[in-house]
Amino acid sequence: MNIIEMKGISKKFGNTVALDNVDFSLREKEILSLMGENGAGKTTMMNILYGLYKADTGDIYYKGKPTRIHRPIDAIDLRICMVHQHFMLVPALTITENVISGAEPKRGRVFIDYKSARQRVSEIIASLDSNLNPDAKVSTLSVAAQQQVEIIKALYRQVDVLILDEPTAVLTPTEVMGLFKVLRALRDKGMSIVIITHKLKETLSIADRITVLRDGHIIDDAVDPKGTTIHELSQMMVGRQIRIGERRPTGISGSKSFEVINLNVVEHGITKVDHVNFSIMNGEILGIAGIEGNGQTEILEAITGLNTSSSVKLKLNGEELDCETSTLLRAGIGHIPEDRLAMGVLLDQSVKNNLILGYHRERSICRNGFFRQKALEAFATRGVEKYGIKTAGIDQPIKHLSGGNQQKVVVARNFSQNLEVLIAAHPTRGVDVGAIEFIHKQILDFRDQGKAVLLVSADLDEVRALSDRILILYEGSIVHECRPEEITAIQMGLMMTGMSPSDVLSHKVGKN
Amino acid sequence: MIHWKESSYKQLLREGSNKIKVPFIAFLLALVCGAVTIIISGYSPVEAYRAIIVGSLTTTRGFVLSLAQATPIMFTGLAFGIAYRVRLINLGSEGQLYIGAMVSALIGAHVSFLPGFSHVLVAMIAGAVAGGLVGLLISWLKIAFGAHEVITSLMLNELIILFTSYLSIGPAKAENSPISQTDMILDSARLVKMVPRSQLTVALLVVIAIAVILQLLLSKTALGYEMKAVGNNLLAAKVGGIHVKKVYHFTFFVSGAMAGLAGSSFVLGVFGRFIDHFSNGIGFAGISVAALAGYSPVGVLFSAFVIGILKAGALTLQRTTPVPIEFVSVVQAFIVVFVAAPKMVNSIISSPRELGKIIKRKVVSRG
Repeated sequence: MNIIEMKGISKKFGNTVALDNVDFSLREKEILSLMGENGAGKTTMMNILYGLYKADTGDIYYKGKPTRIHRPIDAIDLRICMVHQHFMLVPALTITENVISGAEPKRGRVFIDYKSARQRVSEIIASLDSNLNPDAKVSTLSVAAQQQVEIIKALYRQVDVLILDEPTAVLTPTEVMGLFKVLRALRDKGMSIVIITHKLKETLSIADRITVLRDGHIIDDAVDPKGTTIHELSQMMVGRQIRIGERRPTGISGSKSFEVINLNVVEHGITKVDHVNFSIMNGEILGIAGIEGNGQTEILEAITGLNTSSSVKLKLNGEELDCETSTLLRAGIGHIPEDRLAMGVLLDQSVKNNLILGYHRERSICRNGFFRQKALEAFATRGVEKYGIKTAGIDQPIKHLSGGNQQKVVVARNFSQNLEVLIAAHPTRGVDVGAIEFIHKQILDFRDQGKAVLLVSADLDEVRALSDRILILYEGSIVHECRPEEITAIQMGLMMTGMSPSDVLSHKVGKN
Repeated sequence: MIHWKESSYKQLLREGSNKIKVPFIAFLLALVCGAVTIIISGYSPVEAYRAIIVGSLTTTRGFVLSLAQATPIMFTGLAFGIAYRVRLINLGSEGQLYIGAMVSALIGAHVSFLPGFSHVLVAMIAGAVAGGLVGLLISWLKIAFGAHEVITSLMLNELIILFTSYLSIGPAKAENSPISQTDMILDSARLVKMVPRSQLTVALLVVIAIAVILQLLLSKTALGYEMKAVGNNLLAAKVGGIHVKKVYHFTFFVSGAMAGLAGSSFVLGVFGRFIDHFSNGIGFAGISVAALAGYSPVGVLFSAFVIGILKAGALTLQRTTPVPIEFVSVVQAFIVVFVAAPKMVNSIISSPRELGKIIKRKVVSRG
């Protein structure tokens, strides 16, 4: 029995067709994975169901009855809940306060009945086998815990349909497993769940059924995860053969390129990074694996000159470098920053202006402080063509591009220069398979030219596939160094969560 | 996405036309709301608007007066606009204007050794530098102590205005003057008039030239690029190795200098001396002018001219009708409200189209 049916849904943004006469259905008690590349229409479709957008044409049926959902409140009344990629929580409030907001139990119509609210929230937390403290402030929670709060919010409202937009984008493998366990339990209790994702492996392990969208059309709405391989699925999504995750180890044994010596970061009396030392060889990709919040951000900020309160000594090819952003850029140390929207792009500026950020005073495009317009345009046009950036033109504001194409601009910006070292932080976060494949290839090609790469990523598969050597980071220290083939993903995950490496390796836990 | 290329071009076109459409509609809405205010106050809006247009646009004198009234607002509009491009909010134009005016007045009156044309030039530049230094003080407070520029710039207004007031009442007061004002400036320090017996001076040419230079700075130079980058995304600018502090200092100096020049243009072109509390909000008028122009330097020239028309017309309004002159401030305030609420204006623009769509759908579903 279908709990939700959407028939003939079309949606245009301006003249861009986001959804073209699409039929969608969600059955009772199932986990449906809605897959597709960025811009395929997955999120648009769910936003229509949730009342955030209005469809141009088409009808929605809830339990077989035609229904109208114009605003989120209509969806909430139908017990549909959506957890967005960017959580909608108030950091300064406690878990309980966040959960009940909008549906507070009242005493005498005026006062909030905190006691019974806290009681209910505690019960829900217990039912999830979680150890969250209902009185903890959301600002103190990890990303995974914040996501749990969002789910608790849905359970508090006793929803029948739960929509999750890219729920695993920010989670570690262990946390993903935890989330999936919860989702399966919820399904078994009768909930219908939609997961919007473009992660292939995870989809195959969690989904009961897969619906694939491409370019606003349904490619297949009843893919059975049991009889399908990752390759078949990616082909459906992209429309062509995709290769990701194949190892391509380095063939170069080079000399020391980039050295980071005695890196310490102390913030507000708390040691964030503790005596970290590492060096990257020419022709090597060095991967740093760790759960977010264990010092990656601080390390990145220190070695790119963004955090001036840290203490560190940097050397490039044996020569010491002044730890200042513009100096480092000029020395040929490129940087793909960890948060594209917050640090990577100038959203209101054109693609052209984004392609030169950091290198806008290079002689080739700028003389005596004035841009050489022709050279600049030629440079930007070359970048757009060479890196396959989908844009209406170099003067198009970058905010009109998809996430993957925005990231391609950031990547192109770096590789268009003569780099010695690339510092790549989460280079493929939130981008689609096609762009992942492309960006990985660029990074590997760069390494094969004998250059050095530092790769920081929360995606273990990515770290394992690309890196020639891996450092594992826990609470600001490097706890283990190894080659990717010497260790399993599970073992890595255990070390990342604080288990001592000798225990992990000697007890043979998590082998396979 | 499908139809990607074609649609993006159209989107660009639409956004481009919105840049003009939104301020234009905002202005029209402000006029309508102004009319409503007049009706409520018991006057005739037709009479009021006619008096404004007759007074400002139908005669050469009125037109010249409009330009003269617009000139200082052009300066303060540039002051707010250029800072806002870097997402800095300089609410200190009023104070910077006063310090610029005072410095220009003192140099204009008491420095007599400068030959010919250089006297007025030095007096103007000194006024600009004085305003600019106040701007630098604000950016220094921001960078060194994290003091928000909105607070510091606003507070400095009081400080500076009272200080210049003290000077014009006390040490710098003109002898035998019944009111608090400084000595008359020397003739060599006077800005050349573009039209005899009017208030229109070459300051207008100066401000036009500066607006064009600022426009080119923003679009053609690396420094302008850095300003836009810092304004658009501070963190990304830092990742790009841009020296944010330098950009802040430069921007605040230029912004303050523009406000200082507004003061100089009054003293050297209109009054010939510093008169206590002469400005009456010219600095703040820059905010609405800059917003109406979408913070484009050249655009500021036009939006300031619109306000100039209202101001010049207001003088006729006062002479020929019973409508109080404050009515012009009301319209100006409405402009700020509507420009500051682009979403509201957008929904007003698009509502007829949306309405059409709904009607069409109803008809179709019935048919």
